[in-house]
Amino acid sequence: MPVLNAENIKAYYHLLDGDVQALEGATFTLEKGEVLGIAGESGCGKSTLAATLSTIILPPLRLLGGRLLTENGDDIFKLPERTLRREIRGKYVALVPQSAMNALNPTKKIKDLVTDAVSAHYPKITKREVVDTSAKRFDDVGLPSRVLESYSFELSGGMKQRTVIALSSLMNPRVLIADEPTSALDVSTQKTVLNLLVELRKKGIVESVIFITHDIAVLRQIADRIIVMYAGVIVEIAGVEEIIFKPLHPYSKGLMPTVIVPDPEVKKRAISGIPGAPPNLKNPPAGCRFHPRCASARSECGRDEPPLVNAEGRLVRCWLYAK
Amino acid sequence: MSSEIVLSTEGLTKVYESGLLSRRSVTAVDDVSFQIRKGQISSLVGESGSGKTTVAKIILKLIRPTAGKVLYRNTNISDLEKATDLIDYRRHVQGIFQDPYSSFNLFYKVDRVFNMMFKLLDKSLTKDQRRSMVESSLKMVGLNPDEVLGKYPHQLSGGQRQRVLVARSLLVNPEILLADEPTSMIDASTRIDVLKIFTDLKEKQGLSILFITHDLGLAYYISDRILVMQQGKIVEEGDAEEVIMNPTHDYTRSLLSAIPTLSKKWAT
Repeated sequence: MPVLNAENIKAYYHLLDGDVQALEGATFTLEKGEVLGIAGESGCGKSTLAATLSTIILPPLRLLGGRLLTENGDDIFKLPERTLRREIRGKYVALVPQSAMNALNPTKKIKDLVTDAVSAHYPKITKREVVDTSAKRFDDVGLPSRVLESYSFELSGGMKQRTVIALSSLMNPRVLIADEPTSALDVSTQKTVLNLLVELRKKGIVESVIFITHDIAVLRQIADRIIVMYAGVIVEIAGVEEIIFKPLHPYSKGLMPTVIVPDPEVKKRAISGIPGAPPNLKNPPAGCRFHPRCASARSECGRDEPPLVNAEGRLVRCWLYAK
Repeated sequence: MSSEIVLSTEGLTKVYESGLLSRRSVTAVDDVSFQIRKGQISSLVGESGSGKTTVAKIILKLIRPTAGKVLYRNTNISDLEKATDLIDYRRHVQGIFQDPYSSFNLFYKVDRVFNMMFKLLDKSLTKDQRRSMVESSLKMVGLNPDEVLGKYPHQLSGGQRQRVLVARSLLVNPEILLADEPTSMIDASTRIDVLKIFTDLKEKQGLSILFITHDLGLAYYISDRILVMQQGKIVEEGDAEEVIMNPTHDYTRSLLSAIPTLSKKWAT
């Protein structure tokens, strides 16, 4: 059984002047021990997906449908708030939020934040016990135990990011959802954070990882499979090498060559971007949401939304492959 | 390589001081000397806090250097004090910044950023002349004037805004363009088109560009020369090809090894 099984999840931001259709029918599985990358540009619904999967669905975001099944087949979305708090958040799925720089309350010491998180799951635990046990976890992520006695503003960017990862992984979650954990970091700090995630998996602290980023070169380093999203819709799911070197969906095909890395091959190639801009999700185009920017668009593309179909050993949502 | 030098810095140093009782000082830029040559793109690359933006601010005369000088066509820019000299300098050296969202006043239409530029130009230009100048510079960056003019900033995408700002700089037909992280807030699929504008301007107009970025991959893609900065100092300088393929300084090597590439995975 997959660790997470998402079926047709639909979540909109409910605003006064209309709904932002941020996540439309997301269906995928997360296998045990896998690092699943989610790639896409800003506004494609990546962070909405992260919030939904980690059951932090706060207004104006609203869940409108779909199921999220655990290994035992329980639907997380149907569980009462009390169970979510005790058994799911932090334990089954844990979120590493996007803005590590601002995720830590500056008026509290790190040890207070740790106690806060732990006591939500074990109400009877004492502060002393929490600090003793969490010192080990901080050591695992390469932080000295004095960090527990510090305030967040006393830490560097890389240390803050590690602290956030340590906090998110305190309960040894089955699934760690990391939302752009490295986008605010310098490349050398980014590398140590990526290595840290790999190490946490090796040590068995976290089992599976969902890694959300706009940086495909980062996913190349750590992901097993990649989901490409565009305008709130999953357009392609495939193995990391297949999707980078042989993308099928026209959007993936347009996106992959725009990855700029220091490589003579990249410099020689005449690269061009994808014409146009992503749609406003308050009023997305009918049919395939990519069709206004797609060079291979046909008449049916503007009419009906293509299904996610199996093609060449992967899943792709495009009329070119849906026969 | 042998093209003329349009702007150079000599021993540029900037020390920021803070604190009243116990003075603390940070040397943001430390004895930096380099040349910008005509029709070349030079990239200043470094991690956060390396002083790259401070260099740009000094060249744009937004802050004064603590020591050293910036020479534009053999004139020390610190000596430019008369209003006409300053206008003349700003007409030749223009800057574009990182955040295309905060560079606009969101209460005014996009046209305003162009109107303000005309203060640097001949006052006798008629309305129609101005309009056609704005339109031609917008076309130069691949924007359709009808889709942009008369709109408010929030109606444009990040890539469009950044292109409007490039078009704005081009209005005065500058000789040097300083671009401080111009693409870091733009998505990958549109970023390439903004980069292309810079290479086109270099090739077609002979514009000299100082491109400031934290991304060595980008710098390699776009530039002729690369300058690597670490803690306020330039630690390596050379042809883009040389610096990337045969880095000599340890810092450049460690930066390069930390950049994820597509061709191979890191050993873990």
